[in-house]
Amino acid sequence: MQTNNFTNMQKSLLLGVEAIGQAAIDAGISGVYAYPGTPSTEITEYIQNNKLANSRKIHHEWSTNEKTALEEALGMSYAGKRAMACMKHVGLNAAADIFMNMAITGVNGGLVVTVADDPSQHSSQNEQDSRFYGKFAMIPVFEPSNQQEAYDMTYAAFAFSEKTGLPVMMRIPTRLAHSRSGVIQQPVMPENNLHFPENPIQFILLPAYGRKLYQSLIDKQDWMVELSEESTYNNYFEGKDKSLGIVCCGIAYNYLMENYPDNNCPYPVVKIGQYPLPKKMLKRLEQQCDELFIAEEGFPLVEEMLSDFFEKGTKVSGRLNGALPRRGELNPDHLAKALGKEKVQPTSSPNILVGRPPSLCAGCGHKDTYEALNEIIAEVGTGRVFSDIGCYTLGALPPFNTINTCVDMGASITMAKGAADAGLTPVFAIIGDSTFTHSGITGLLDCVVEKTNINIIIVDNEAVAMTGGQSSAAKGRIEKICEGVGVDPTHIRLFVPLKKNHDEIVSVIREEMTFNGVSVIIGRRECVQRIAKLKKLNRTNKEV
Amino acid sequence: MKTDIILAGVGGQGILSIAASLGAAALNENYYLKQAETHGMSQRGGEVVSHLRIADHPIWSDLIPSGKADLILSVEPMESLRYLSYLSPKGSIVTNTAKFVNITGYPDLDHTFEELSEKVNIVRIDADQIAKDSGNPKASNMVMLGAASPFIAIHEDIIIKGIESIFKSKGEQIVEMNVKAFHAGKAFTLAKK
Repeated sequence: MQTNNFTNMQKSLLLGVEAIGQAAIDAGISGVYAYPGTPSTEITEYIQNNKLANSRKIHHEWSTNEKTALEEALGMSYAGKRAMACMKHVGLNAAADIFMNMAITGVNGGLVVTVADDPSQHSSQNEQDSRFYGKFAMIPVFEPSNQQEAYDMTYAAFAFSEKTGLPVMMRIPTRLAHSRSGVIQQPVMPENNLHFPENPIQFILLPAYGRKLYQSLIDKQDWMVELSEESTYNNYFEGKDKSLGIVCCGIAYNYLMENYPDNNCPYPVVKIGQYPLPKKMLKRLEQQCDELFIAEEGFPLVEEMLSDFFEKGTKVSGRLNGALPRRGELNPDHLAKALGKEKVQPTSSPNILVGRPPSLCAGCGHKDTYEALNEIIAEVGTGRVFSDIGCYTLGALPPFNTINTCVDMGASITMAKGAADAGLTPVFAIIGDSTFTHSGITGLLDCVVEKTNINIIIVDNEAVAMTGGQSSAAKGRIEKICEGVGVDPTHIRLFVPLKKNHDEIVSVIREEMTFNGVSVIIGRRECVQRIAKLKKLNRTNKEV
Repeated sequence: MKTDIILAGVGGQGILSIAASLGAAALNENYYLKQAETHGMSQRGGEVVSHLRIADHPIWSDLIPSGKADLILSVEPMESLRYLSYLSPKGSIVTNTAKFVNITGYPDLDHTFEELSEKVNIVRIDADQIAKDSGNPKASNMVMLGAASPFIAIHEDIIIKGIESIFKSKGEQIVEMNVKAFHAGKAFTLAKK
């Protein structure tokens, strides 16, 4: 085979998330703020391991949660420098307060909020679409379709944020976050200098000021639409067959074009990469075509906006009318089916295959905790273990079947409290060390204030384990935090989750269960994955 | 030219080293490449799959359409059967025969493979044993890459360059061992052909 010289430019092979990390560095950020969450984690890890970022001392420590991350990023923007905050889609729920309000304050230094959505829920409790948040907050949203666009849009987003005075959301789905391709970089920009906002009240949302600032956000909206019309990320591709007009958002465009390998899609297509929607461009499509078909990765946001409520106008199809699946990530086959393309009949897998549900690692301390807790549950009856987000959520599956709830970060303690308030005794909350510092402390304070009869088991593996063993903000601090919040020190108990300690663990839990008040039982043993990761890291460092 | 590969295995088996070697090879040659992989929850002993697409023309989708994969390359036998719907009628399966049993009720697959081999080209190779025999039990994935290489439209020298660039930070000895494993795998497939 011949060598092909498609380009003289040096390409780097980057995941979508890595492309975003590299672009942010190249665009001159002074800080990245994030809490780990699949599929967003590697953006921050990429910056943490980047030479230029380290030589520039770009801030890259993990924040306690997404809310603190986004607030810290806004503080850096206030001081005139460029900052990026990264999170998974449900992380934005935790940060929704600051997110909605920073749309009103606007920015000083360029501020980009990168949110990685997880359609099909590969690693998440739901598949919410962050574009709704962007629309809700009335800020611009960029949605790349490939790794190069992920780079280019992020690189441009900081200047766009400074030009418009608004934070910009970068929205990517799992499939782009965790797919690699060649990416060409742009020149590295210098960091901004420290400088104050010109308007001294810009960041003071007193109602009187807030009303003015909100009005100015509203006043910017027509301009945002104009910028979307002119944007190179929104494109109108002509097509001869006007029986159908197609709107593709972000990565959905790839799935459309995969079905037309010679780039010969017969229909006019609008490709959306920047929101708010370019109204003129879409009007033109609607006027030229008999019907519209909308393909978007996530919820049917655009489809709903363009759909004809009273069914008197142009027919719009997509996820809402069944042309595409209502939920889950898209793929080329979905688009092929919707467009009536013929497919080869694929070979089907034999039905004797068995699935491999994810499971706790060999040697994981959570196993020992669940084995002990199950002995207690066998005595007091099931239905009373409130759990949380992390590796220990796997306690919901066989062989343990221990936990009864897993809803959102921190909800173990608070839901257990609510159930205790309702009269359920005994109740147990199981929460990891990092989830506890993320969102568990405030719930614990509620329990302390009301002297709730609750048994909180903090499974402390000294890591954010599920996302790859990042450092936990809780390290070495949990007992002190609990004491500081007001838990009676005699009811803060420690155990080491090991098989040989089984009887001891059972008796500690039993003792605390009989105490009518707040008990915190901490099982501490480092995550086996993190131990392996640190060992590997030490070896590499020694070799270098 | 294009080669669409479904890479399959179980979380922790390190299928990504195969993807990384091919990725480096493709990049060296200025081919276009897209490689979608599994992170997160499934890495805890669950089934993992990576879609690897290499071509001399731009690639649209990160995911391979069903019925379009040229190759299923699996480091575990049951996993090689999980993604059959992606396989092109003209495609091939190259799979390790060493089972990864982390579940109960692991099925007997011999009959299935026999039936399937009447319809598609299958290479079944004990990569773990061959890696051991070639002196590096850890190089089983490179044995698999070697065994699959006759079905990949990239010249062998370029793939080897890719392997070298992935392992060079670990020293010359490790590079050599992995290249040796690659050749052992390739020899197995060629002897079968």
